[in-house]
Amino acid sequence: MAVLLRGGRVVDPQVGLDEVADVIVRDGVIVEIGPDLTIPKGVTVECAEKVIVPGLVDVHTHLREPGFEYKEDVRSGTRAAAHGGYTAVCAMPNTRPVCDTGSTVRFLAERAESAGAVRVHVIGACTAGQKGTALAEIGDMVAEGAVAFSDDGHGVADAGMARLVMDYAKQFGTTVISHCEDLALVGKGVVNEGAVSTRLGLPGWPAAGEETMVARDIALAELTGCRVHLAHLSTGRSIELVREAKARGIAVTCEVTPHHLFLDEDVLDTGYDTNLKMNPPLRTAGDREALIVALLDGTIDAIATDHAPHASHEKALEFEIAPFGTTGLETALALVITHLVASERLEWKDLVRLMAQGPRAALGLPELRLEAGMPADITIIDPEARVEVTPALFESRSSNSAFLGSSLLGKASEVLVGGRFALRNGKVVD
Amino acid sequence: MLSSRHIIDIRDLTTDDIMSILDTAESFKEVNERRIKKLPTLRGRTVINLFLEPSTRTRTSFEIAAKRLSADGVNFSASTSATVKGESLADTAATLSAMACDLVVVRHKYAGAPRILAKHMDAHIINGGDGMHEHPSQALLDLFTMRERAGRLEGLTVGIVGDIAHSRVAGSLVPALRAVGATPIIIAPPTLMPARPDVLGAEAVTSLDEVIGDLDVAYMLRIQMERAEGMPFPSVREYSRLFGMNETRLAKMRSSAFIMHPGPMNRGVEISAAVADSDRSVVLNQVNSGVAVRMAAMYLLLGGEGGGGAA
Ligand SMILES: [Zn+2]
Repeated sequence: MAVLLRGGRVVDPQVGLDEVADVIVRDGVIVEIGPDLTIPKGVTVECAEKVIVPGLVDVHTHLREPGFEYKEDVRSGTRAAAHGGYTAVCAMPNTRPVCDTGSTVRFLAERAESAGAVRVHVIGACTAGQKGTALAEIGDMVAEGAVAFSDDGHGVADAGMARLVMDYAKQFGTTVISHCEDLALVGKGVVNEGAVSTRLGLPGWPAAGEETMVARDIALAELTGCRVHLAHLSTGRSIELVREAKARGIAVTCEVTPHHLFLDEDVLDTGYDTNLKMNPPLRTAGDREALIVALLDGTIDAIATDHAPHASHEKALEFEIAPFGTTGLETALALVITHLVASERLEWKDLVRLMAQGPRAALGLPELRLEAGMPADITIIDPEARVEVTPALFESRSSNSAFLGSSLLGKASEVLVGGRFALRNGKVVD
Repeated sequence: MLSSRHIIDIRDLTTDDIMSILDTAESFKEVNERRIKKLPTLRGRTVINLFLEPSTRTRTSFEIAAKRLSADGVNFSASTSATVKGESLADTAATLSAMACDLVVVRHKYAGAPRILAKHMDAHIINGGDGMHEHPSQALLDLFTMRERAGRLEGLTVGIVGDIAHSRVAGSLVPALRAVGATPIIIAPPTLMPARPDVLGAEAVTSLDEVIGDLDVAYMLRIQMERAEGMPFPSVREYSRLFGMNETRLAKMRSSAFIMHPGPMNRGVEISAAVADSDRSVVLNQVNSGVAVRMAAMYLLLGGEGGGGAA
């Protein structure tokens, strides 16, 4: 099948592209980019006023399958991804059972093949059962296609164990993704320790609970030479540590989430809204600003959703016992456009760097550029479209969004995965 | 009538609201001294005591308050509650709503639980203590007791001593004192201080002896001696030596100063038996005022909706 994307603003800083052009896709591959192209037969998508970028990838998605299909599964999660403009997601391993063997990796890869609306890259666990006490079969999982390793959901508490994981993973050239949370400091913490924990009488999750682990894992990245990716950083001091490590040439990358970029602890007010309960928690306005500065100066490699679907009856619990997390796949792009691109703090090429190129580089995924010969994984964005964030918006099985009630600007209209439409006119293609 | 439908956070109340609760409680207190301690005021209204964390003292106080106003009081306690069977608080709220009750007094081990109830039902909610957050009716009865003993609230300096970080009593009392023009000082080792005392609205000091001469009231908090996590002080003995109220410390206080405690007391830990039982302690007055203040709170929340007049 041939597809002509006509007259869009084609943006890819990797090939120095930012101009209005046509794109021809045939047999799953980009065949030509240039002015005034035509195809004899096939599908033409009018892209005037739209932006064409390399397919977005989310490095931090919880698909919940196997084990928690009532929250999300491969099908609903990848449909949500397509709806949000992603051509690929990286699935975190804290499922039931934990994804810590080659066979679970293969199961997920097969599920993605049969039910996935977009590509799924599998992240395996670092330690068996994510218990932090014994190495998981990392080599087996690599053989089945796992792209990175993480005990996300928990920090690897024992520094010796964390070192072992990095030393071992290094031989496969894979990235270790670190969830930076020192449980001894965080304990039962559920909101940022400070003004809000004091006002709401909730156990505090101190910034130092993240920062000490960030410092430790940077030291271990240096010691082992393993590539380390720091997940969902939330504090200004964490960012400073990364900035300093990068300056010293340590192989460390990091991500931030839209909720840490665009919300701070003050939104918690006195409402005890569990959709705002995150791990790590929403931090201060100062932290938020530090994260945005770091987006612009290149310290942050990726905007990741940490898409964490939960059933409504779970989020309806008391704040202290409700699960952590917000869905994110279907709002991330719109949030970035609304808060950063529309206000011109971020350019389109930065968006490509943070939501397509940087995430791939961090996990060592194959490069993807808008040029002839590359797989046709492409996201087409309508920057003027309105997105009303209501439960009805979501393709995800869950609607625990921290942004319910917002009115946002910009959304994906088309998503092509390997030349096939996963999203067409804003609707997920079955 | 109060300006708020609920008493969940003490900040829900304006200073006028607080004062009208205290003034109304005066007249109820007088009723409580009669031989027949009962008013028809809330006849036909249903008050549910939803105590999902055990507290005999607070529950009994609310129960008596409801009975003296002739309300139909029903206990819905932890052992009979569905929460232990995995039902969520929202479900419980729906169930109670279906029973058409007028007012729910809720005690819960997690902060914010009263807000969940308020969101899911039409009844008025009184927070009987939620997690480490607030316990507003306790703060109100404390203010009542202080005013009764000192003759005023404005200008009083009140030292609150002990586990401020985990205390819902302090969580309500500090802002309540600020609202009525008194000055709260919180006194505790740093391990028992909240992350941001300024947010509560109090000056924080770590030495009781440094400020003891300035206090009109020393409010001693109960020390939790059976904690799961690491003890926030080396020993009960050391705590008592640094932060306990005893006769030596009492002697350094102003002659008009008095001692309060929300109960139940650990005698010999945060307060010596001699001080607890002395005429400088108003602990029993606090208990006694509790009923009148809770009557006032219920009456004012439900008043203006067809209730009879006060005393
Ligand atoms: Zn995580």
